[in-house]
Amino acid sequence: MLAHFRKLVPQLVRILKNLIMSGYSPEHDVSGISDPFLQVRILRLLRILGKSDDDSSEAMNDILAQVATNTETSKNVGNAILYETVLTIMDIKSESGLRVLAINILGRFLLNNDKNIRYVALTSLLKTVQTDHNAVQRHRSTIVDCLKDLDVSIKRRAMELSFALVNGNNIRGMMKELLYFLDSCDPEFKADCASGVFLAAEKYAPSKRWHIDTIMRVLTTAGSYVRDDSVPNLIQLITNSVEMHAYTVQRLYKALLDDISQQPLVQVASWCIGEYGDLLVSGQCEEEEPIQVTEDEVLDVLEGLLVSNLSTPVTRGYSLTAIMKLSTRFSSVNRIKKVVSIYGSSIDVELQQRAVEYNALFKKYDHMRPALLERMPIMEKSATNGPTEIVQTNGETEPSVVEPKHPPLVTQPANQANDLLVLLGGNDVPVIQTTMPTKPASAGGELLELLGDLSLSGGPAPAPAPSVPTSQPSFLLDGLSSQPLFNDIATAAIPPMTAYNKNGLKIDFTFERANPNPNIAVITIHASNSTEADMTDFVFQAAVPKTFQLQLLSPSSNVVPALNQGTVTQVIRVLNPQKQQLRMRIKLTYTLKGSPVQDLAEVNNFPPQSWQ
Amino acid sequence: MQFMLLFSRQGKLRLQKWYVPLSDKEKKKITRELVQTVLARKPKMCSFLEWRDLKIVYKRYASLYFCCAIEDQDNELITLEIIHRYVELLDKYFGSVCELDIIFNFEKAYFILDEFLLGGEAQETSKKNVLKAIEQADLLQEDAKDAETPRSVLEEIGLT
Repeated sequence: MLAHFRKLVPQLVRILKNLIMSGYSPEHDVSGISDPFLQVRILRLLRILGKSDDDSSEAMNDILAQVATNTETSKNVGNAILYETVLTIMDIKSESGLRVLAINILGRFLLNNDKNIRYVALTSLLKTVQTDHNAVQRHRSTIVDCLKDLDVSIKRRAMELSFALVNGNNIRGMMKELLYFLDSCDPEFKADCASGVFLAAEKYAPSKRWHIDTIMRVLTTAGSYVRDDSVPNLIQLITNSVEMHAYTVQRLYKALLDDISQQPLVQVASWCIGEYGDLLVSGQCEEEEPIQVTEDEVLDVLEGLLVSNLSTPVTRGYSLTAIMKLSTRFSSVNRIKKVVSIYGSSIDVELQQRAVEYNALFKKYDHMRPALLERMPIMEKSATNGPTEIVQTNGETEPSVVEPKHPPLVTQPANQANDLLVLLGGNDVPVIQTTMPTKPASAGGELLELLGDLSLSGGPAPAPAPSVPTSQPSFLLDGLSSQPLFNDIATAAIPPMTAYNKNGLKIDFTFERANPNPNIAVITIHASNSTEADMTDFVFQAAVPKTFQLQLLSPSSNVVPALNQGTVTQVIRVLNPQKQQLRMRIKLTYTLKGSPVQDLAEVNNFPPQSWQ
Repeated sequence: MQFMLLFSRQGKLRLQKWYVPLSDKEKKKITRELVQTVLARKPKMCSFLEWRDLKIVYKRYASLYFCCAIEDQDNELITLEIIHRYVELLDKYFGSVCELDIIFNFEKAYFILDEFLLGGEAQETSKKNVLKAIEQADLLQEDAKDAETPRSVLEEIGLT
């Protein structure tokens, strides 16, 4: 259809020409320009017609140049026509000279005093910056000046355009301006500006030190507005720049002394202090003046974070973990032990869990502590989310507090040598076979259970991810999405029992402990029939005392074949929150050789492990 | 253009012209929100703002705000010109127009707007033609008023 109208392009060009050249027509005139509405309309139509067509575009080139140069710009009308012309030039297949002309017009707009025109110019430049990058660069300084404008919309446009213009050459200068802008802008801009700064810094950072400096500056000025996932990204960046560790931790420590209200800054700082605390205390730093910090001062700061009202639960988790890590790097272990044991009874579930785990680490697994709390290895930048962590926890001393994110820890049977971590979800995560730690078979064959916790970036602070010494196989799980790992537990954990044996009907109970809730015992009944005839219409009913809850699932069938040829199985789930001794009353009804049989029995001989 | 609203500094709506089909409820809701947003703007601010997915162009003349909603591809600066042209037409017709003129003769204001804009686009760019059309309409009205003596139906069809 457009082809049909393209034939009219020459006519349109002629009409436009007449409009511009012709004399004064009082009724159509607006401030000296004849019929601007019509001019704008024609330009718009030319834009649509010339959009992907070379011939039409060529026919228009002249007239567009003429309009662009002849129109008076003192009044808004003239600017309106020029604006439309610029849009048309950008959209059709115009020659480069014309495009440069258009960008220059926009640049002139930027210098205009009228806000509306500047706004319009910034908007159009944003659209064209992708295609005509170099030409727009020429006006970079004007754009950067617009950052200081009073009007909100202009500031926003200027900010977006500035980020689009950043490249390897102008990064230092631009970043200075942008950071200054970040300091003084409104809160609604800060989040966007901060993310933009991070992105730009990542792409074009001239040196690692500059990069870290920039990020520190953003954190200290707009710390509370940065996005959640910037914390893990920053941590990853810091780990990767090995030579900067001392410098980084020193600067972060100083920033922490000044201000603990900005959570992302505090989180990153406490993580770094935990990792590199020894560098901080030893006072070696090539880049800056080393400061003298004692171990107690560092611990003071971290403890201060724990008690402060300004810290979120996530931050508290970070600082507790940092304190723990310092136990291998500092010498004042007693103080750390005290802190950790205090938080073993904290109200916050996350803190309590961590504290209890660390406590256990002190008491029972002290020999493992150095290995566990070693330095983090350099993290690979995973394409999807942030770094991955592995949590090593001890199953036996776990409190009965269950965190929604962590699958519960279950006691491992003593006869299991290997755990198989089975991953649900079928992503390309390898199945890990863990072997027993190379501990001697002391302590009565205790087993450590390993759970991999895959955390999403932006989730709550991950627990320390120790690098396992090379004597053990490494458990590196590439985190993709957060998925709980389930441990397959053999049902040999709790011995089966015979609940009922009368008149040829034998009912065995086998036990499993259900994940995720350790208070649920899953009992499978196996009914077998040693008489010569089948038992039909077999119904199994059960009742439990009031402190328990019972759920009976449907049986496999209700005919128990004769002579032990098969069994009927049925699953019962018992919830035992108070861990009382399990008792059950069962009622059986079946038809044997044509006559119905009913029986009641009480089952009391549950093995202790089934309800503990 | 999608719609044009005229409202006073106190937020009272004086004129509304919708070029898109919307339910009454939606119109009221949009009007309320837009009036609030525009009135909250400071005098030195830009005449354009983004609102929902539309561009809003507004200009203040004395105590009245003229507010137009245009689409993405429309030219904001020419919309300012359209608003100005409309004000000029009103001025020419009423002779030094003020808000009271629009309040008391709102139907004339609508007539003039309809002569100038059709379906959201400017349809007549000549000031003279628009005003001439309105004058002719006025004349017709005068004639009708004069000839208001009651006539029976039969007389009207010429039988008596």
